[in-house]
Amino acid sequence: MSARMNIGSLWQGLMGDKGGAGDRIVPPTGFTAQLTLFSAGAMAFLAVFALALALATGRLADRWSSELAGSVTVRVSAPAADQDALAQAAMTILQTTPGTGTPRRLPPQDVGTLLEPWFGPDMPVDALPVPALIDLPVDAGFDTEGLRLRLEAEVPGAVLDDHTEWRRPLVTAANRLRMLGIVSLLLIGAASAAMITLAAKAALAANVQVIRVLRLIGARDLTIATAFVRRFTRRAAMGSAVGTLAGMAGIAILPDTSAAGGFMTGLGFQGWDWLLPLTIPLIAAVVGFAATRWAALNMLEAVR
Amino acid sequence: MRDVGFGYHGQDELLSGMTLTLQPGMFHFLTGPSGSGKTTLLRLCFADLLPSSGQMTAFGQDMRALSRDDIADLRRRVGVVHQDPQFLDHLPVAENVALPLTIAGEAVDMEALRDLLGWVQLTHHARALPPSLSGGERQRAALARAVILSPDLVLADEPTGNLDWEMSMRLMQLLIELNKSGKTVLVATHDLNLIRATKAQVTARVLRITGGSLHLAGADL
Repeated sequence: MSARMNIGSLWQGLMGDKGGAGDRIVPPTGFTAQLTLFSAGAMAFLAVFALALALATGRLADRWSSELAGSVTVRVSAPAADQDALAQAAMTILQTTPGTGTPRRLPPQDVGTLLEPWFGPDMPVDALPVPALIDLPVDAGFDTEGLRLRLEAEVPGAVLDDHTEWRRPLVTAANRLRMLGIVSLLLIGAASAAMITLAAKAALAANVQVIRVLRLIGARDLTIATAFVRRFTRRAAMGSAVGTLAGMAGIAILPDTSAAGGFMTGLGFQGWDWLLPLTIPLIAAVVGFAATRWAALNMLEAVR
Repeated sequence: MRDVGFGYHGQDELLSGMTLTLQPGMFHFLTGPSGSGKTTLLRLCFADLLPSSGQMTAFGQDMRALSRDDIADLRRRVGVVHQDPQFLDHLPVAENVALPLTIAGEAVDMEALRDLLGWVQLTHHARALPPSLSGGERQRAALARAVILSPDLVLADEPTGNLDWEMSMRLMQLLIELNKSGKTVLVATHDLNLIRATKAQVTARVLRITGGSLHLAGADL
C-alpha cells in the first residue's frame, strides 16, 4: 500500500471541499479536534520562538566571527613617560605590516568610553595608568603570530590581542545556541507529528464502526483515509496559524534592546526573517497530512 | 464457488465442499438452521471473508487474488442488506442512502435519490437521522443504499429477522421488484413461510445448508 506524499492531496486537504460530502462521512469529534488544534497551536507558538532563537544566535555568531577575523588590538603598557614613544613605534611597525589596514590609536575619550561601564562617566582617564590601544583592521589570512613576535621583539610592553580568547567561546556558544534552536524546531516537528498521529488514531479507533460501514459499501482505504487526513490537515494548519500569529506577536512586542547592546540585541526577526514563521502553518499542514495519512492507512489495513 | 471450504480461526470447517453458481437474474433463497453458515456464505460472497479452500470467483475474478481496492470495487457491484444494518448515525437518511455514490466520487442525482426514497417509502424520513428509524424503515433504507449503485447482485442476510410479517412482506416485495428488473438476488433466511410466500410471486431457487454442505431444496418448499 502506498503512503506516498501527494501534493494534490495535501492541497485538497487544506482547501478542497467538493460540497463537504466527503468530509461529512467522518463524524465530528470534539475531543480530537480540540486536542489537535491546541497541540498544533502550542507547538507553532514554541516553534516561532525556537526559530527566532536560531536566527538571532546565527546572526550573532556570524557577526562575532566576522569581527573576530576583521581586526586586532595592540595594547601598549608602559610608564607614562615612555608610552607615546612606544605607541608610535608600534604604529610604525603596524603601518608596514602586510595584510593590514590603517592602524588607529584610540583617543583618550574613546578609551574613557570603553572604561565607562566599570569606572563611570566622570573617570579621569589621564590620571590612570591606562595602556595605549591601537585598533588595526586586518585581512583574512593575516599572520597574527608573526606580528606578535615582532612586536614582542621591538616594542617592549606591546601585546597583540586578536580577540580570539574572549570571542571564540562566545562564537562557539552562539553556534551551539543556533544548533539548539534548530534541534528544538526538529523536536517540535516530531512532537507535533506524534500528537497528531495519536489524535488521528484516537479518532480512527472511535470510528471503527463508521469505517466498517464504509468498507462494506465499497469505500477504498484511500477514500476513508482522505476524509480523516483532510480534517486533521486543516486542524493542524488552523491551529498552527493561530499559534504562529501569537508567537510572532510575542516576538514583536519584545523590548528593543539594541540601544543597550549585549547578547539580547537582535533577538527576534529582522527584515525578511519575518516571512519565515509564516511557513510554520504550511509545515504543520504537511506534518499533519503525513502523520494522519500514515496512521489511517496503517489502521485501515486491519479492517477488512 | 467450487469446492469451497471455510472455517473460522482454530475451528473445524463450518462450510466444506461447497459448489454453487448464482444464476444471473435469478432469485435465490439460502436457508438452513441457525448456525449452519448462511451468514458465512454470504460474507464469502462479498469478500468479507475469504475461503480456506476451493475456488471462488466473482464477476470473473478469483476472489483470493483481489487486492483491497479490488475488493472495494467488487462491493460496489454487490449490494448487501444485513439483519441489523448499520448507518453513519450523524448523517440523515438521504445522505446515508447516497453514501455509495459519495464514496465512489459520483454526483448525486437528487431526483433519482428522491425516486429511490419514494420506492422504499422513506421520502418523509429523508432528513431524519438513522437512530430515529424503526426496524422496518432501517431495512428499507439499507435496501435503498444497497441498490443505489445499481449492483449486479443483491445479498440480504436475514433482512426480515427483526420485522413483523407485514413489514417482512413489504421488504420482500421490494426485493422481488429488484429481481424483476433483472438483478440477481440472494436472500438468506430460515423463515420457510417467507420463502413460500415469495415463491408464490417469483420463481426462486432455494438452497439449503445442512451439515456444512449445500443442497438444492426440493418440492418440500
